[in-house]
Amino acid sequence: MSATTERRIAQILTDNESEILAAWLKRQQEEGRTRYDDAEAREKSAHFLKLFAAAVQHGNVEAARGPEWQDMYDMLGDLSKSRAQLGFSPTETATFVFSLKQPLFDRFRREFGSDAQGLADAVWSSSTLLDKLGLYTTELHQKRREEVVIRQQQELLELSTPVVELWDGILALPLIGTLDSARTQVVMENLLERIVETSAKIAIIEITGVPTVDTLVAQHLLKTVAAARLMGADCIISGIRPQIAQTIVHLGVDLGSVVTKASLADAFRVALHRSNLTVTKVQAS
Amino acid sequence: MERIPILKIGSFLLVSIQVDMHDRLAMSLQDDLTAQIVKTRAKGVLIDISSLELVDSFIGRTLGNIAAMSRILDAQTVLVGMQPAVAITLVELGMSLPGVQTALNVDKGLALLQSAIEEGDHGAGDGY
Repeated sequence: MSATTERRIAQILTDNESEILAAWLKRQQEEGRTRYDDAEAREKSAHFLKLFAAAVQHGNVEAARGPEWQDMYDMLGDLSKSRAQLGFSPTETATFVFSLKQPLFDRFRREFGSDAQGLADAVWSSSTLLDKLGLYTTELHQKRREEVVIRQQQELLELSTPVVELWDGILALPLIGTLDSARTQVVMENLLERIVETSAKIAIIEITGVPTVDTLVAQHLLKTVAAARLMGADCIISGIRPQIAQTIVHLGVDLGSVVTKASLADAFRVALHRSNLTVTKVQAS
Repeated sequence: MERIPILKIGSFLLVSIQVDMHDRLAMSLQDDLTAQIVKTRAKGVLIDISSLELVDSFIGRTLGNIAAMSRILDAQTVLVGMQPAVAITLVELGMSLPGVQTALNVDKGLALLQSAIEEGDHGAGDGY
């Protein structure tokens, strides 16, 4: 786009700011997009228009990049954030930007009159520009969503791998949810660190909460057991449900020398026995 | 050339690895330890690797070999003080050292050796 067109657009924007703003607000209301009260919509729109005019004036319209565009992007960033928090969909936020097109083009048509060449140029470049800005809000929205997902994944990882001390020297590791490689790594590290901390001799891996045990999960369990053994702690796998036992055998998974028990209680009994401890009932006197 | 000291405590030998193991050091440890077991007629060996932070498959295998050799020479070997990171590495390398006894620290390793040897004395000829 030529610098002349840029200047012309900027000129039109500054000269007719209030008219364009009024038409735009009307347009937004017609579309029912503005869930803000009128004052707030007016303020945002006016702000946007001002930044838009300033940025166009500085040029670089085609790329819509560069220092003079930074204010524009910052404003859109805030807008997208605040609207997302208010429960607007990304479409609604993007439409806020797109809805400027109609009033803007109307104004162009009036200003350019019979200069079809100039009008086409102006419409084309400002349309491309508004598309870019609108899409930017969508992109931001998506990026924030991804951040939330990643944060939740991490929180889930931390939440789902507690190591509890059942007795002096006896640890339990209740696993809930499917074991994948990443989780196994976390589980293993947590367990080994706790073994060092508590100088535990026995660790009970409780898998009642593991929905399925396939060859991969079994391999991960065996790895954990092997690592614990290298640290001098024995592992017992407990909480094996009937279906799981069937799956393990059907898949031909060899749990090797690992002690397995059906319930945590059984595993705890074995652990107490190995630690030379017994639980006795107090005789009522 | 640097060597790893082998200390005699009662009827046991204590090997404390305080430096990063490299291949030649591991081989010389293997030679020295087997020689010492024969010379001192030790009944048990404790290998303390609590300061060892880096292992590769060769070191892992050498540790396993040392344990197997000591067993043939009638000395039980306990590997003690392995760091969590080292344990994970060895397992990921597929070396879970199946024939090696392990303990969390020297104290527990010593207790393990003592009880194993007492058992061995009472029930003579259990294979060792």
